This record gives sequence, C-alpha cells and structure tokens, in this order.
Amino acid sequence: MSRELILQAIISGLLMGLIYALVAVGLTLIFGLMEIVNFAHGEFLMLAMFTAFWFWALAGLDPVVSLPFVVVLLALAGILAHFGIIRRLLKAPMLAQVCGTFGLGIALRAAAQFLWTPDFRTVTNPAIAGRVQIGSIFIGQPQLITGGVCLLSFAALWWFVTRTETGLGLQATAQDRQAAAVMGIPTERMFALGWAIGLGCVGIAGTMLSTFYYIFPDVGTNFALLAFVAVALGGFGSIAGSLLAGLLIGLVESLGGLLLDPSYKTLIVFALYLAVVIFRPQGLFGRF
Amino acid sequence: MLKSALAENLWPRPPLWVGAFGAAALALLLAYPFIFTTPFAHHLMILILLYALMAQSWNVVAGLSGQISLGQAIFFGIGAYSSTVLFAKYGITPWAGLMVGMLLSALAAVAIGVPTLRLRGHYFAIATLLIGSSVQIVFQRWDWVGAASGLYVPIERASPWFYLQFHTSKVPYYYLALGAVAAGYFAVWKLRRSRLGFRLQAMRDDPDAAASLGIAIARHKVLAFMISAAMMSVAGTFYAQYVLVLDPERLFSAEISIIVLLMTVLGGSGTLWGPALGAAILVPLSEYSRIWFGGTGRTIDLILYGILILLVCMWRPSGILSLLEERIRRRAEIP
Repeated sequence: MSRELILQAIISGLLMGLIYALVAVGLTLIFGLMEIVNFAHGEFLMLAMFTAFWFWALAGLDPVVSLPFVVVLLALAGILAHFGIIRRLLKAPMLAQVCGTFGLGIALRAAAQFLWTPDFRTVTNPAIAGRVQIGSIFIGQPQLITGGVCLLSFAALWWFVTRTETGLGLQATAQDRQAAAVMGIPTERMFALGWAIGLGCVGIAGTMLSTFYYIFPDVGTNFALLAFVAVALGGFGSIAGSLLAGLLIGLVESLGGLLLDPSYKTLIVFALYLAVVIFRPQGLFGRF
Repeated sequence: MLKSALAENLWPRPPLWVGAFGAAALALLLAYPFIFTTPFAHHLMILILLYALMAQSWNVVAGLSGQISLGQAIFFGIGAYSSTVLFAKYGITPWAGLMVGMLLSALAAVAIGVPTLRLRGHYFAIATLLIGSSVQIVFQRWDWVGAASGLYVPIERASPWFYLQFHTSKVPYYYLALGAVAAGYFAVWKLRRSRLGFRLQAMRDDPDAAASLGIAIARHKVLAFMISAAMMSVAGTFYAQYVLVLDPERLFSAEISIIVLLMTVLGGSGTLWGPALGAAILVPLSEYSRIWFGGTGRTIDLILYGILILLVCMWRPSGILSLLEERIRRRAEIP
C-alpha cells in the first residue's frame, strides 16, 4: 500500500471527522445542559440538508449563500423543540425522554419521506466544486471548505462558551442547574439557547454537507449513530472532547475502510464505542 | 419476602366486571377466525399477536429490569435465521429450530449483556443500538446465510404441522400466534410474581438500594435479558414461517427494535397488558393507513406513530393503560 494512499485516507478521514464532530457537539451540548439525549438529532441534520437543498432548488441560492438562513432556521427549530416538547419531557422518566425524541425523529423522517419522496438528491453545480492537488494528494474543494467552516464554528463556539458572560452562564447551568438559578442565571433560557446552538451547529454541518453529499430522508441515521459514538468517546458534555472524538472517528473509519473491507468501516467505529464505554466510561477525554 | 407480599394482598382482586371482560375477550380471541373470515382480518390479528409478543419481550428487559434495549431485532433475526437455516440446509423441523433459536438468542443475550448491562442509562441504549446495527451489517455480508439477498424457506406441502407451513389458510398461523402469546404472557405473569420478578423491579426502581439488599444486579439483568431474547426469538421463528422469506434488511432493522419499544411505552411500560394494548393500537393504525392512503401510506403511519408516541411521552409517560387502571381503581374504591 502506497504512502500517498494512506495519507489521502488520513486527510479525507479528518475532513469527514470535522463534520461528525460538529454534529456531535450539538448533541453533547444539549446532553451536558439537561441530561437528555436527542435521538432526533440525525433527523434535524436531514432537515438542514433539505432546507439547503430547497433554497438552492427553489430560490437558486447556493448552499454557501443560504448557510446563515439555514442556521437561523435550525436554531429557531431548536428553540421551538425546547419550548414545545423538551420542556415537558424533562419532567418525565428517562424512558419517556428516549421514546419522545425517538418519536419526534420518526415523525420528521416519515414526513420528509412523504413530502419529498425517498429519492436521492444532489445540489448540482454548487459554487464550490472541483479539487485541490497537494503533491500527489487530491482533496475535494467542498470537503476542504467544509472542514474549514467546521473548524471556524468550533473556534467560535469555544470563544462563546468560555469568553462571554452568556457562555459562562451556559456552563454554570450545565454544572449545577439549581446553583445557577440561585445566582440569577435564567436556566430555562439557557436550555433554549443550548438547543438553538446545538441545532445551529447541525444547520452548519447539514448545509456544508449538502454541497457534496446525497440528500435523502434517511441520511441523518448514520451521522446520528456516529455522533452518539463521538459524544460517548469525547465524554458527555465536553466540547473539546467531541471535536477530538469526531476527528478520531473520521480517521478510524477512513483508515479502517482502506486497510480492511470498506463495508466494515462502521463496525470498527462501533467496536471503538463499545471498547471505550466498557473500559473507560467517562470517555477518552473526559475530565473525571 | 414473597410470602408476606402475597399475604399483604399486593394485587387486590380486580372487580368482577374486569374478570367478565377478560373472559369475554378470551372467548372473542378464540372464536375470532370464525367471526371474521377474511384473510385480511386474519392477517391483521396475526400481526397484532406477533407484535404483542415482541413488545412483551422488550417489556421484560426494559419495563421490568429498567434497561432500555434498542437492539431487540438481533434476537428476532436470530430466531428467524435459526429455524430457516436448519430447515433449508438440513431439513430439520422448525419446531427444533424454534428451540435452537431460543437457545442461541439467550446465548447472544449473555454475550451482549455481560459487558454492556453494567452500563447505565443512555450508554446501554446506544450500545444496543450500535450492536444491532453491527449484527445487521454482518448478516448482510454473510454468504453462508444468503448475505444481503437473504434466504427462502423451502416450500413443503406435506404434514403442515410438522413443517409449520400452511398454504391454504391463515387460521393455523392465528392459533399458533395466539398460543405463543398466551405462553409468553403467562410466563411474564408468573415472572412478575416470582422472586426474580420482584428483584428485577426493585433494581429498576432503585439500583443502589437493591444492590445494598444483596441483589446481584449484573446477574439478574443478564437473566432478564436472556428471557427477553428467547421470547423475541420465538416471534422471529414464527415470522419466518409466516412470510417464508428472510430479508436481513428487514429482520435486523432498527425499525423493529424501535417499534416494539414504542408499542410498549404507548400501552404502558412495566405493565403486563401494556405491550398488547400498544400493539393493538399501532398495528391496525399502520395496516389501515396503508389501505386508505395507498403506497404512500407507509410513511403516513410512521408520521402518526411518531406524533402519537411523542404526545404520550409528553402527557402520559406511564402509558395509556394507566388511564384505564386509574379508572378501575377509582371504581373499586367507591363502596
């Protein structure tokens, strides 16, 4: 096996991993705040991709242009989901929380299939296309730009959570809901903000993904599974953890597909999840 | 502990009309194929019974022992494949295949459960979801069992009860399903009142308190998972004999794992009759929406499923059955 091939796999794996990370960070943020796993996360990613697609198909807006609109729409969907559904589910036992978000996901996926058929769609002639050659390695330009956007989003998120007062309020709420409330932090608003940011990240990931990936109602399922793995690997609630875990998953998937049979690449990632939760349940990068 | 619980009358005798209702329901179930004679009516009821069994299997592991399994389809598939592989390749009767399937499923439950049942809450749920997905990938690539194209159950017209294939009528399938459900529900009814059942429920309600009372948590959880897997396997074998085609895409689908969970939660998780009630609501919903809305109805039923389950989780997390139970209890209290 040539060195170029392995290097190629490493780079494309890392670029894909950045998307997994951005999807996972929304999940981890929501879990960190209110200990609820959003099993409809993949469906929101699907909605983001379709939103970008329809902006392109109906209004002629390229995903790069419609990115801010999709992010705002997804963030609004997050706020709506929090006040309409999640706020009530928080009072229910865990089983009802799992089923509730699963039910939401099933309804969203089925609605997408009903409205838009299960066909595979693509954004043809996107503004960013083609590939870049570095030495003997080729990188798709959409993937490269997507990776850059993901990294920027992480930087912005990191800055927001650690350097702004609202971000600190978010962290305080995640650490201790009641103590934060006593300190005058509007925890309910923080929850809604968590959903807005979480789904906003999904909006970014989905829009960028739509420049080079097929768009269909089931598209979110696999991304969601990988995001669950990333969240567990990174430690539930850790932003930096989900970035590292996303990159690791992308790398393992890509190298595993290259060295072993490509059809087993997801199996390797799932095995990684099991190994981590069994032997290191706090996650690879967990603090405790 | 058990004797005193029984003496304290933990299960007050239900009012007479509940017994009468039960007897009437049983009579109706027994006579059903002769009251409703269309093949569709038979098919509908067979599906309800099948799903009632599958949902009950999920209820044993989640409702009783409190572990949310999202991988029940694994055992459904193992049951279907065990009987079919034995019959198609070695000519062994599906009755033996049924037993082998139960055994293999219970073993698989040990293999999956021993490392993962120690995990709490979401970690276990996600682990079973991923393992279920992995098992599906393996079966789709496993040439010996037909890989992605699956297997056919060879048609055998002689001695239908021996080969468990009935080509002229669905009625035998109906009674087989009814028998399987009766056996399964009776076993769970017994289990709930047994020492093991009490321990499981104690673990579900407070794992720490249960452990401090000396209950071997891990071993009991694995045991519940084994029972649940064996029940699911029976449903799998029955399904294979009913449709005579094995498709790994369908058998091991996450959809099956999730639908049995939705049915149970809808009816009432942890209750004896909740799973059956859930199946009796969701199966007709799906079948009739398919008729009313034609080919696209396949997603309309899922939209309704999703919304219905979401509403129940938001407003009545203990399930629909708890509404009825409340009524019965209120009536019983009034002298």
